[in-house]
Amino acid sequence: MNSQTTAKDAPAIEPAGTSPATPLGTISGNRGLRIEEPLIFEQDSPGHCGVDLPEPPALALRLGGVAPRGRIGLPGLAEPTVVRHYTRLSRNNYAIDAGFYPLGSCTMKHNPRINEKLARLPGFADLHPLQPLSTVQGALELIDTLAHWLKTLTGMPAVAMSPAAGAHGELCGMMAIRAALDHRADRPRKRVLVPESAHGTNPATAAALGFTVDTIPADARGRVDLDAFKAKLGDPATTDVAAIMLTNPNTCGLFETDIIAIAEAIHQAGAFFYCDGANFNAIVGRVRPADLGVDVMHINLHKTFSTPHGGGGPGSGPVVFSEALAPFIPLPSVVHDRDGFHLVETNDDDGATGLAFGRMKAFHGQMGMFVRALAYAMSHGADGLFQASSDAVLNANYLLARLGSDYSTPFEGPCMHEVLFDDRSLKGSGVTTLDIAKALIDEGYHPMTVYFPLVVHGAMLIEPTETETRAALDQFIAVMKGLAERAKSGHADYFHAAPTLTPRRRLDETAAARKPVLRWKAN
Amino acid sequence: MRYLPLTAADRAAMLGAIGASSVDELYCDVPVSARRSGAIPGLPGFQGELEVERAIAAMAAKNVPAGSVPFFLGAGAYRHHVPTTVDHLIQRGEFLTSYTPYQPEISQGTLQYLFEFQTQVALITGMEIANASMYDGATACAEAVMMANRVTKRSRAVLSGGLHPHYRDTTRTDARFVGFEAVACAPDPLGTEDLAGLIDQTTSCVVVQNPSVFGQVRDLSALAAACRAKGALLIVVVTEAVSLGLLTPPGEMGADIVAAEGQSLGNALNFGGPYVGLFAAKEKYVRQIPGRLTGETLDADGKRGWVLTLSTREQHIRREKATSNICTNSGLCALAFTIHLSLLGEAGFARLARLNHAFAVQLAEKLSAIKHVEVVNDGFFNEFTVRLPRRAHKLVNKLAKRGVLAGVPVSRLFPEAKDLDDLLLVAATETNTVAEMDALCTALEEAL
Repeated sequence: MNSQTTAKDAPAIEPAGTSPATPLGTISGNRGLRIEEPLIFEQDSPGHCGVDLPEPPALALRLGGVAPRGRIGLPGLAEPTVVRHYTRLSRNNYAIDAGFYPLGSCTMKHNPRINEKLARLPGFADLHPLQPLSTVQGALELIDTLAHWLKTLTGMPAVAMSPAAGAHGELCGMMAIRAALDHRADRPRKRVLVPESAHGTNPATAAALGFTVDTIPADARGRVDLDAFKAKLGDPATTDVAAIMLTNPNTCGLFETDIIAIAEAIHQAGAFFYCDGANFNAIVGRVRPADLGVDVMHINLHKTFSTPHGGGGPGSGPVVFSEALAPFIPLPSVVHDRDGFHLVETNDDDGATGLAFGRMKAFHGQMGMFVRALAYAMSHGADGLFQASSDAVLNANYLLARLGSDYSTPFEGPCMHEVLFDDRSLKGSGVTTLDIAKALIDEGYHPMTVYFPLVVHGAMLIEPTETETRAALDQFIAVMKGLAERAKSGHADYFHAAPTLTPRRRLDETAAARKPVLRWKAN
Repeated sequence: MRYLPLTAADRAAMLGAIGASSVDELYCDVPVSARRSGAIPGLPGFQGELEVERAIAAMAAKNVPAGSVPFFLGAGAYRHHVPTTVDHLIQRGEFLTSYTPYQPEISQGTLQYLFEFQTQVALITGMEIANASMYDGATACAEAVMMANRVTKRSRAVLSGGLHPHYRDTTRTDARFVGFEAVACAPDPLGTEDLAGLIDQTTSCVVVQNPSVFGQVRDLSALAAACRAKGALLIVVVTEAVSLGLLTPPGEMGADIVAAEGQSLGNALNFGGPYVGLFAAKEKYVRQIPGRLTGETLDADGKRGWVLTLSTREQHIRREKATSNICTNSGLCALAFTIHLSLLGEAGFARLARLNHAFAVQLAEKLSAIKHVEVVNDGFFNEFTVRLPRRAHKLVNKLAKRGVLAGVPVSRLFPEAKDLDDLLLVAATETNTVAEMDALCTALEEAL
């Protein structure tokens, strides 16, 4: 999920040297635990090496006439220097382990460490993807077991495990739709309907695959405008619509109440229902997407199944399919019979549908993420997952109830796993959504997602997740109330200066983009 | 349930504050026909950590880990020694449990290492700039082809017969659905194909892997010149990043884009993923690069810092006009790569590469000494192709039963190329001992 901070209504960066500091400042520039750490390239100590390797045997090179390369320009660093460097860098990051991280649509929940331990067992981590299948039966069993969980929880008959992330899963799902439509070949179908509240990946995916993106407006309730949808779909007998890509619950944190009617209309028109499963964590264990008429849905294992976000990956995005699309999944897939587990790697292999559309990436998928996700699913069990989504929704509604009088809510009614506020309540204060976000940073919180979804002005999307205590929520509520009060009582300057207590203050993103400096260079 | 901290009393009090009688009431927008009153049947209930560990460890125990036997597989995934420091540092919660660095003031740790990563990737590939990583080498390859299509406004890619077939197939998948042509050459163990002859006025790029999937190393300078002469881009794929410590880098040979797999540095085999795609290019193409980019800037106090930049290329701003739909990349795998390469440094990286090559030369000599076994490549890095007197996959299965993982049969990669089913890919890295090489040779001799 995205949370853009480069909004047009963001205030200008202030001139240098205006931050409140102690009168003298420190000699080093460090501030206690906060250490100024240069790049590794600026700490080069030629001759140092953090790895002891033996002298290579003296044998003639066999490089087929290609010359060995000269100096690369990598710095030499001792092992203690490297440990200190990356430890210091880590301390400049906010993290779930360190605090509340209510980044809407990103699902920043607790990452259990047993999952890390199990993913590192040599029986998984030290397996080559092309070993003889007889030596990797347990790995295939694990993939098959996780696949069973995903199929059962969604009610869908087939799953593709290989996509590497949510956006990659979107590509996979939309390719399967294209393949199925090409196979049927009833008429040209170019259009994909995408609600305006959708994640940016949805229109980007559809457009990348040659579809025309047709945007459906939201209604006053924050849902797909059903009449507008039907008008865009047109006559079911002649429509050129290939699919709808719909996030449910949607990015306003609301369940799409007309979802079954939408699915029926789409199916009647011979088109497919792609569900963006980014928000599956609100309903996992409580609602099966198959019961809503979904044909295909990706599941972000790094959201719903708590595999760590890792500062931006690796993710994993398995895709579940309905009966109609099941033959059109990508290669490879895992199948089993009495002899054990097998990999279907070509359309000629035993167990192949013959219509699989090909590969999405090298090898068989994000195995390390599969282990973590299965450990998470097994730890919760079906009953625990039911409780987890219930608590996620309860927590979000608790924030809605407690903050609803301090911040303006664009839509009525209970929310799902995340709560959306807009900036109407800040009107006239000189304080923007971005300012609230930056002030939250000084309070020790990671901000909510801001300026997304685009359908409301100055959006603040807060996703508490199920792994927060009530005390943590109450502390956050107190801070949010305090900020609202401060904003309304003429302290705009305080907000504009924020954050002041971080390793860096607001950064000049415009300058970064105008003349990009994307690497270090020796002077 | 240990991950769910709310108590029954909390839940009741919170429902009171909300004014709802039950959580079910909060799900009132779900159509009645799809509502469930309890857990989905057919799945087990919650389990303690001990039980989960027992069940999953039992699956792990059914596999044969590479480190437990003499092991010589490569073909795009390599077993290297990863210093303990790497895995220790990437498990710090501040790295592991943070999100994409959208709030730069509290993400400087991630942004700074990504800037270091981009610099390292540019240096080792010999290119001007690099991005903050892709999913893996294969997806990086497909994205490189689509970038070449955008740059040249052409739509025909020529794929070398030495390109890893998974990379070829990933690119072909995109070709089919995105709508461009990907002409794949026949498997080419020796690197003798005439790629220059296949370039015409519609060709956007030539994709060539070095070392090739068969291990063959070649100088690409002449091919780069041929591409330039016809306005096509040269995309060089590297699946073994350690080779960049020894071989003339793609940038020096004239590559326009480099798409590589970075798994070899910092990352375990992991049965194929997660890995980390490296993506480097000439600076003039910067606005056509897919994926995240980290850039240097100043903060309000004039201090140097880093931000994600040029996001107007990306899906969350551009939506249907984005250069790629990529969102998440491989942040933590990129961190592992960066820490491993920082530990190696200039001297260590070069020595690691030489060690790999020397071990492969040593193994090639040993295998060549076996009757009816022939090493087919004249130049290679740490992996090469041998011709066997029998079908390779049968021998590999036979040796696996004897506890030796001998290599990757070419038929596993190119099942359609029946004439190549006597070929076996064999890789040696710094992790192999002479005793293991001897064990392979002995087992092979006995099996023949």
